[in-house]
Amino acid sequence: MKANCWMGRNTVEVQEVPDPRILNPRDAIVRITSSAICGSDLHLYDGYIPTMKKGDVLGHEFMGEVVEVGPRVSTLRVGDRVVVPFPIACGDCLACAHGMYSVCENSNPNAGLAEKLMGHAPAGIFGYSHMLGGYPGGQAQYARVPYADFGPIKIEDDLPDEQVLFLSDIFPTGWMGAEMCDIKPGDVIAVWGAGPVGQFAVASAYLLGAERVICIDRFPYRLDIAARAGAETLDYEEVDVLDALRDLTAGRGPDACIDAVGMEAHYPVPAIQAYDRAKQATRMETDRPYALREAILACRNGGTVSVIGVYGGLVDKFPMGSFMNRSLTMKTGQCHVQRYLEPLLNKIREGAIDPSFVISHHLPLEEAPRGYEMFKNKENHCNKVVLRPWA
Amino acid sequence: MSEKNHRTHERLATTLGWASLGLGVAQLAAPGAISRLSGLDDSPWAGKAIRLVGIRELLHAAALLGTRRPAPMTWTRVAGDAMDLTMLGRAMANRDGPRRRRVAAASAAVAGITLADMYTAMRANRPMPGAGPEPITNLRASITVNRPRQEVYRFWRSLENLPRFMIHLESVETIGGGYSHWKVRGPAHKVIEWDAEIVEDREEQLIAWRSIEGATVRNSGWVRFTDAPGGRGTEVRVRIDYEAPAGKLGLAFARLLGEHPEQQVRDDLRRFKQVMETGEVTRSEGSPEGTRAQRQLFQRPAQPVR
Repeated sequence: MKANCWMGRNTVEVQEVPDPRILNPRDAIVRITSSAICGSDLHLYDGYIPTMKKGDVLGHEFMGEVVEVGPRVSTLRVGDRVVVPFPIACGDCLACAHGMYSVCENSNPNAGLAEKLMGHAPAGIFGYSHMLGGYPGGQAQYARVPYADFGPIKIEDDLPDEQVLFLSDIFPTGWMGAEMCDIKPGDVIAVWGAGPVGQFAVASAYLLGAERVICIDRFPYRLDIAARAGAETLDYEEVDVLDALRDLTAGRGPDACIDAVGMEAHYPVPAIQAYDRAKQATRMETDRPYALREAILACRNGGTVSVIGVYGGLVDKFPMGSFMNRSLTMKTGQCHVQRYLEPLLNKIREGAIDPSFVISHHLPLEEAPRGYEMFKNKENHCNKVVLRPWA
Repeated sequence: MSEKNHRTHERLATTLGWASLGLGVAQLAAPGAISRLSGLDDSPWAGKAIRLVGIRELLHAAALLGTRRPAPMTWTRVAGDAMDLTMLGRAMANRDGPRRRRVAAASAAVAGITLADMYTAMRANRPMPGAGPEPITNLRASITVNRPRQEVYRFWRSLENLPRFMIHLESVETIGGGYSHWKVRGPAHKVIEWDAEIVEDREEQLIAWRSIEGATVRNSGWVRFTDAPGGRGTEVRVRIDYEAPAGKLGLAFARLLGEHPEQQVRDDLRRFKQVMETGEVTRSEGSPEGTRAQRQLFQRPAQPVR
């Protein structure tokens, strides 16, 4: 089959690789009909996530049709149309029993590697480094899905791929970011990052009852999409974000701040950007946390900072004094996607949201390398690329 | 060596680490003063050489102060001492008068320090007295399994199940009367077999065993099952004592291959948890055999297995 493989920093290649086969009784094989490139794939592309290996198949946002099931999978049949959540979860461990699917205790066979870096190991993730399992991803024609009797959700109505594909990651991720803000009537929510996850966080915050949502980025075309989802927008290259947020909230600060940026943030002051960029390049810190620093400083006293942007390792200059003295709360996590599949599919069915609003490009799988380049460099107003493996 | 002696030489090593730090900082901050003190201030290269030695001293300090068992790291200082003595020896040959005397004094000081370094480093290498030629290795590991204690105990007590999650085990056969026959694939694919007996079996609490006379690898151990608090399942704790087949050398060799015995037991327990909770050993294409320390170091690419 054809698959998009990581071949080193800034290099992906569509290669011919073996077809996947069942390795365990609870596996299924899915013939992929749609697959997307995620902002977090750019962290792999840029070489900031450790334990990648040349040839790793990328991609963790995919859906398709079941073509084979293992002997212990009774919930799925050949021919079922499914969306596959990006964290792999067994459904049986204590973490899964508490709905914490992205920290499943069993799905990461390389937990020992992750423990060395993180203390304890999170779940396995499709196409996202060996520390997170060493699973091939879904930017391919087929994928093996472990614990297929637990994770994937069947799509039984005729909703098109474009509307349900993002249940695999970015819609639930944005939703969880807003949910962690514990939104009360009158709440003002600020979202750093107007990429697809930030855009879904904006839409979700409104669905969860926010009074106002303010979105911060530097690309006008992305801020426009956030504005269409209802956000007021700030271009951080034009205004001082802390001042602007103080002004917009008459001095209170946003009730909750969502970091939908993560480890490769940009900063409008070139000297500071260069300082963190240099430390990152020499591996003295792995992450550039400007959005997080700013989100903490901006948040109102007693408010919540919700972190859904991906971080890899260590950050410097974390404003702990502000965080502690002002009684802030931080909530975070890779999205526990399995929790949100059913309720969010219902929202799509009801017409409360049409997730296809984030899509800017459709490309055949062969053009994945161009998709990555375009997405990374924000060319052609690239916002979200959907790949067609059989086009 | 007693615990007290052990601590003495580790303390000595830490002191030497601080000495490296102090010397290194001095050499980098005031190379001129150091070169005058050691009689080298007439050489145009002295400043540069002393700064380089200073950097090396900081590396020693990092090696010694950055670990919980610094004593073996003292060997890095011994190597550095040898370099310093060589340099000072050559410097002494080219000088005379008071400058030569200062170089000689510096050399004597370094020689004294070398003795202290060598003493500490060699103490660190001495084996524990009383351990005998075949060191007993004891391994401990634990894990929480989200299943009732009775079920966890039962699965383990059916010894034939063990090879499902202990991948080094070829087979376990129960032969009646509490006896069983074990086959293990050791390092370098050598098959080792022995008979074992269950010496204690407390229903749903504990299973203890030991190998019977004549086993190639004398071993014993226990596995204990207790309720995890608040309905969190069962806590499983394992202890294994055994005499490594080729003694310390075999153990070192096995570690070199990434087969650290303690890691093996931890991996076994992780797979045990997977089998108990999910009914299968978790496999990815990067680790098709499932959790295994050796494989974690040498991953396949994350591509389908042919």
